[in-house]
Amino acid sequence: MESLEELKGRIEALRSLFSDVKLMTDDETPAETASSFSSTMSDEVKDSNPYSRLMALKRMGIVQNYEKIRDYTVAIVGVGGVGSVTAEMLTRCGIGKLLLFDYDKVELANMNRMFYMPQQAGTYKVEAAAKTLNFINPTVDIKSFNMNITTVENYETFQKELLHGSLTGGRVDLVLSCVDNYEGRMTINQACNELGLPWFESGVSENAVSGHIQFINPGETACFACAPPLIVASSVDEKTLKKDGVCAASLPTTMAIVAGFLVQNVLKKLLNFGEVSHYLGYNAMKDHFPRMKLLPNTSCSDTNCIKQQEEYKEKVANQVVDESLKVSEKESAVVHEDNIYGIELVHDGAASKDDDYSAGDGVKYSLPQTSSNVEGPVVSDTNQSVDDLRNVMNNLNNL
Amino acid sequence: MDDSTKKTLSSIPLLKTKAGPRDKDLWPQRLKEEYQALIQYVKNNKDADQDWFRLESNSDGTRWFGKCWYFYNQMKYEFDIEFDIPVTFPVTAPEIALPELDGKTAKMYRGGKICLSDHFKPLWAKNVPKFGIAHAMALGLGPWLAVEVPDLIGKGLIQYKEKSEGEKS
Repeated sequence: MESLEELKGRIEALRSLFSDVKLMTDDETPAETASSFSSTMSDEVKDSNPYSRLMALKRMGIVQNYEKIRDYTVAIVGVGGVGSVTAEMLTRCGIGKLLLFDYDKVELANMNRMFYMPQQAGTYKVEAAAKTLNFINPTVDIKSFNMNITTVENYETFQKELLHGSLTGGRVDLVLSCVDNYEGRMTINQACNELGLPWFESGVSENAVSGHIQFINPGETACFACAPPLIVASSVDEKTLKKDGVCAASLPTTMAIVAGFLVQNVLKKLLNFGEVSHYLGYNAMKDHFPRMKLLPNTSCSDTNCIKQQEEYKEKVANQVVDESLKVSEKESAVVHEDNIYGIELVHDGAASKDDDYSAGDGVKYSLPQTSSNVEGPVVSDTNQSVDDLRNVMNNLNNL
Repeated sequence: MDDSTKKTLSSIPLLKTKAGPRDKDLWPQRLKEEYQALIQYVKNNKDADQDWFRLESNSDGTRWFGKCWYFYNQMKYEFDIEFDIPVTFPVTAPEIALPELDGKTAKMYRGGKICLSDHFKPLWAKNVPKFGIAHAMALGLGPWLAVEVPDLIGKGLIQYKEKSEGEKS
């Protein structure tokens, strides 16, 4: 006799098998979908062309060359509430290749967010995501990595993939941080500062009613370590931040809005249209979207950030300014044939000075002096080797 | 921070070298300092008859494991500890995990990593590179156990198990 638990397990396994089979047999199989998604993008306007609406961006004069998207590789770290929706959007847009990093499993507690299905609960997020994305657009090359990138060993793999994981075996074009923790963000920051790779940071607050995206081009814009988290910069008493449990709130709306902003800016960056936001915030309570430029901190604690800043300065100084281009960029004044009311067009930013940077009120630019916090004895210099010390520790352990 | 925590803290030597496991040249020095501080802290605990954990590392000091225990109603509750030294160490603190408690408390992240974001991480960030593993134990895991273990026992989520003395050494 099988126990109730075993039977329940078998029912679960069969149910998941059934849903997979159903997906395979219903409507089109991935192989059939693949035939309608050809590797080249057609701009033919017909219902069976999956790219007709995207290719229309060219006819509308928004994007010069939409097909370029097929050449790009994007790495997404964290495929949770924001990352999975981001991956889906890029897949539908026909991105060339996606690298997915995560080490979490799908849980029923994730079902208030988009993308994952209840029957995927218990499976690894990267695997579940790769499967679904492959159904949506089988021509996108999806590689998944079920790993925590913060450990020494996995970090090596992570860096190697960022350097050699593109469609042509070269560097990925962009890294997207969709993680939910400080350690993950700092790890991506370190990797991108070391490699000089542009990346986007994204986040949704624990109370689910605000979020942000940030574009980080090492050396040009502020890196993630350039400004410390507010809780560290301000001398807020940690006790005042106590909350019951650590379960963060989340809303599918805020997550999807942030994912939408993220992918919008990724498309602008990759396909070269519009203006990429350095920092774009979202406050759901007032539907307020602050946008600002963030310059790097010249005393950033990450030495690679400082190195990138120097290289960027050099690059800018050596840049030859093409005067002919400058002239053509000038906007010609709009003159209408009749304008009896004397209506004038004024540039959005006409009233404000564009390059007036300042840290916002209440935001400190650097870490507080550590000496003011903890004082005490410091480890003494020793001639003992690490192994000697390890033995001392082991002896102590066995006392 | 209460007075007894302050006293514990002041008796653990502070570290000097800002280096993580990817700094090939400086990491051995940092690792030595980590061991020195830990040895001192364990000695202090033993002297005060408040010994409460064992830790050891792999050969390059990137992975740590051991045990910690907590006395409640004269009974000893013991848990396995494990954690990696993150590549961003010491800018970010190690994420100490008690895997067997995974899923039993909300104050824990995936894989049994204890939640330190409120009471410890800001303190750590303000004291880079002076704090090390010993400080993470004293100011991170210690207070966590003191709050969570009685709560878990009260909820019947952990039971007293006869073990440890026999398997020591």
